[in-house]
Amino acid sequence: MQINSPDFKNSSKKALDNPGLQKALGNLRNGFPVKRANAVQRMPEFELLRNEGRDIKNHVIANLDFYLEEFETNVTKNGGNVHWACDAEDARKAILDICQKANAKTVTKGKSMVSEEINLNEYLESNGVQPVETDLGEYILQLREDHPSHIIAPAIHLNLDDVSSIFSEKHGTPHTSDPAALMQEAREVLRDKFVAADVGITGANFCVAETGSTIIVTNEGNGDLTQTLPRVHIVITTIDKVVPTLEDMSLFLRLLARSATGQEFTVYNTLSTGPRRENDADGPEEYHVVLLDNGRSEMIGTQFQDMLRCIRCSACMNHCPVYGAVGGHAYGWVYPGPMGSVLTPKLIGIEKSGHLPNASTFCGKCESVCPVHIPLPKMMRHWREKEFEKHLSPKGFRFGIGTWAYFAKRPALYRWLARASAFSLKLMGGKSRRIRSLPLKNGWTAWRDLPAPEGGTFMDQWKKNQSTETSPSHPDNKCRS
Amino acid sequence: MSSSREQIFANIRRGLKRDALQGDALKAVQGRLKEHPSNTIPARSKLPHNEQIQLFIEMVAEASAELIKLDNSSEFPFAVNKFLGENKLTHLVSANSAELSQLDWSVLRDITIERRPAQAGDLVSLTSSFAGIAETGTLMLLSGADSPTTLNFLPDIHLVMLRQSNIVGAYEEAWDKLRSQRAEMPRTVNMITGPSRSADIEQKLQMGAHGPKRLVIFLVAE
Amino acid sequence: MTLTNPPHRVGLFVTCLVDMFRPSIGFATVKLLEQAGCIVEVPDTQTCCGQPSFNSGDRSSTAEIAKNVIDAFDGFEYIVGPSGSCIGMLRQYPELFSDNDPYKARAETLATRAYEITSFLTDILSFDQIIADYQGSITYHDSCAGLRELGVKNQPRQLLGKIDNLDIKEMNEAETCCGFGGTFCIKYPDISNRMVSNKSSNAEDTGAKTLLGGDLGCLLNMAGKLKREGSTIEVRHVVEVLANMTQAPAIGEAQYDLANEL
Repeated sequence: MQINSPDFKNSSKKALDNPGLQKALGNLRNGFPVKRANAVQRMPEFELLRNEGRDIKNHVIANLDFYLEEFETNVTKNGGNVHWACDAEDARKAILDICQKANAKTVTKGKSMVSEEINLNEYLESNGVQPVETDLGEYILQLREDHPSHIIAPAIHLNLDDVSSIFSEKHGTPHTSDPAALMQEAREVLRDKFVAADVGITGANFCVAETGSTIIVTNEGNGDLTQTLPRVHIVITTIDKVVPTLEDMSLFLRLLARSATGQEFTVYNTLSTGPRRENDADGPEEYHVVLLDNGRSEMIGTQFQDMLRCIRCSACMNHCPVYGAVGGHAYGWVYPGPMGSVLTPKLIGIEKSGHLPNASTFCGKCESVCPVHIPLPKMMRHWREKEFEKHLSPKGFRFGIGTWAYFAKRPALYRWLARASAFSLKLMGGKSRRIRSLPLKNGWTAWRDLPAPEGGTFMDQWKKNQSTETSPSHPDNKCRS
Repeated sequence: MSSSREQIFANIRRGLKRDALQGDALKAVQGRLKEHPSNTIPARSKLPHNEQIQLFIEMVAEASAELIKLDNSSEFPFAVNKFLGENKLTHLVSANSAELSQLDWSVLRDITIERRPAQAGDLVSLTSSFAGIAETGTLMLLSGADSPTTLNFLPDIHLVMLRQSNIVGAYEEAWDKLRSQRAEMPRTVNMITGPSRSADIEQKLQMGAHGPKRLVIFLVAE
Repeated sequence: MTLTNPPHRVGLFVTCLVDMFRPSIGFATVKLLEQAGCIVEVPDTQTCCGQPSFNSGDRSSTAEIAKNVIDAFDGFEYIVGPSGSCIGMLRQYPELFSDNDPYKARAETLATRAYEITSFLTDILSFDQIIADYQGSITYHDSCAGLRELGVKNQPRQLLGKIDNLDIKEMNEAETCCGFGGTFCIKYPDISNRMVSNKSSNAEDTGAKTLLGGDLGCLLNMAGKLKREGSTIEVRHVVEVLANMTQAPAIGEAQYDLANEL
């Protein structure tokens, strides 16, 4: 996927001016957060599970080499193959190689953000292998030559009309505004693709070290058909997805369903362990797991290590007021919302993605709903520190903050500045007590007034009161006990 | 051993500021893996077995699956026959698990039964279930020579026989059951909670995306 | 209040916005603290909590500013301020200093002594002798830092509940950020505007006469938006109502009390 993160400001303006998108985002804001809250309410142990989830992930990171080796051993023991990939190029090549050995013409795909991260579809197509997305949302996007704007609800930026138009155009069917009919249409078209595919590619929500299993979590069942019907099953996933045991996986499944969609449990939680067994009636003959690093191992031991706990539930973006205002595409790359604002700078460089960790009010909602307690605002701040160290922040802004800090470190000068500001802003407010336009602060006054100061600083008035009266400290105070 | 692999492990160990685990540290993680301790199991399913069955029934309904209660497994072929008749279905693809094949299916005189993996176009399938999990009304199905996975996903309607005695409280109990009954993991373990669905169009939930549109559980008391 | 214990000696952390924009919030805070039996002092070497530089990635300036605050409030039993955001910042000071820096330990004790005003009155002093007249309905915006860093949610409502004729009408998304975010509203004004528009329409929908909150930054943002939209909702800091100091015009309101002016 092309990197458009440097254009965040323009993209977000366009997003704010797009009524269709704003309608879709309204659906999101009124949907997932409410469902999550209800699901959490029904699970009295939820906070306990979150703490355990955090602790287990920390334990895994501290022993990541051990668990990855254990996972590899068990995949191999069950007849599967593990392919290690340092970067996107390694992963793409490994996958193409498997496809070519299988003489694959078409591959079906389950939903995978890692596949987006490595630009897999374009690469396969340019090498003569046709990828077919099978998740309903991803399928719609593929028809539109569009990209996901959300990690679990990829087509959340689209409305019914958008889907209806593209289906009518690509399937040659009459327009319908019945979502059930549209889904049936996709079901029928994709049924043949599932059966015809030579290779099925899925992601993995977790890799279980104990058994060498990968698990996918879906509501549609597309991932299951993708990994069961073709002769070859390839799993593309990353090194941070490993968990020790089935019991640990169960904990994360409980957290994931509730944090993501507010479901008690996702409809299909499917474990794959190796290729089909000797007498099995169906299932793939080959099972490959491509384990991608792509910079993640370098996060260990740094300020960004905690990000490796992420289970990709999307709760952070579902609850983020900035994501809720501009949607996922504005972020300009694969991972949007707060988790993306921490991860993307690591994966594509802070030079290209500086806006992302800055476009946050640090309201903390993301951290408060994260199933594994990732301190997302703190890590966004760490990216701002990196930017500041590298002198990447905009010059004017840097100057402003620097000047302000100069005064804040010098109380006497600061008093004078506060007094002068209070005085001049009050004058500007005039009789209306509101400032309707302000040089340099155009961003504020373009859309709102700036309430003018009352006049005089607190510190000056306090001093004056203190020198004229001993007590009480304010003329209005009659109730001192 | 690929160079990517070496690079990744070197990075991890550099970040962790240590070499490969050894001694007590290694024993500790090996021990944890071997013991696979449970984490917090929600109290919801910690109930006497008859109440677990009740919870399972409630959670199945919540997940929009259908459930038909039967007193005895010998009633099962009759119930299937009735269901197929009511839904005007004449072809059934079925698993061939011992649990199913030991029953007398002669009542399905007007039905063509094929015991094979599913194909595109199959309308209704029949399987048994390894376990039912009360916590969320979840079925656990295992792939094998007599239980093809495609039966769980391709047809429009999935009929499942579940014995009450196979209902457990939480997922962890199902894993214990699996470990005690199987020497190794089957290729596929399906945990299924209700029929297929999607909310990818405007966040409005529609049933029957790619998997079965209906999931019908026949819960057999004996 | 019982007089058996010696009164608490509290240092008021004024906050720069209150100092500059609305001193009456500072006086209302002092009044409440004194009603609750505290001795209040205002160290005159205080400036700002340092949040603007902290959130801009300038750690070294932040540490310098933090040292100034730590020095200014040395010796006070408690540091109390009318802002969850600034007090939340004070609580983060320890992470600015390395373990061998003498300011580390001092930052740690400062963090344990720093409280937002409604939380201090409720959680520390168990004070609820609110003497205030207020007629009508209010709605309450939970400012983010107070809510999520300090757990301020019920405290202001509990105190407001002591006022006889005051009716609390909760708005939708009361816990959602108003879009102020310090420098955020300057750097991303159009996103900030969308967020504050959502907030103002949620507030309008309650039909409440007054919108209250505990952080002046958010209140300036919301008042600025409501006034630009021509709304009649008054915006005030919660301490103004609790201290019975609502005679002054609300934030961004034009009505002058001429007598007061002269």
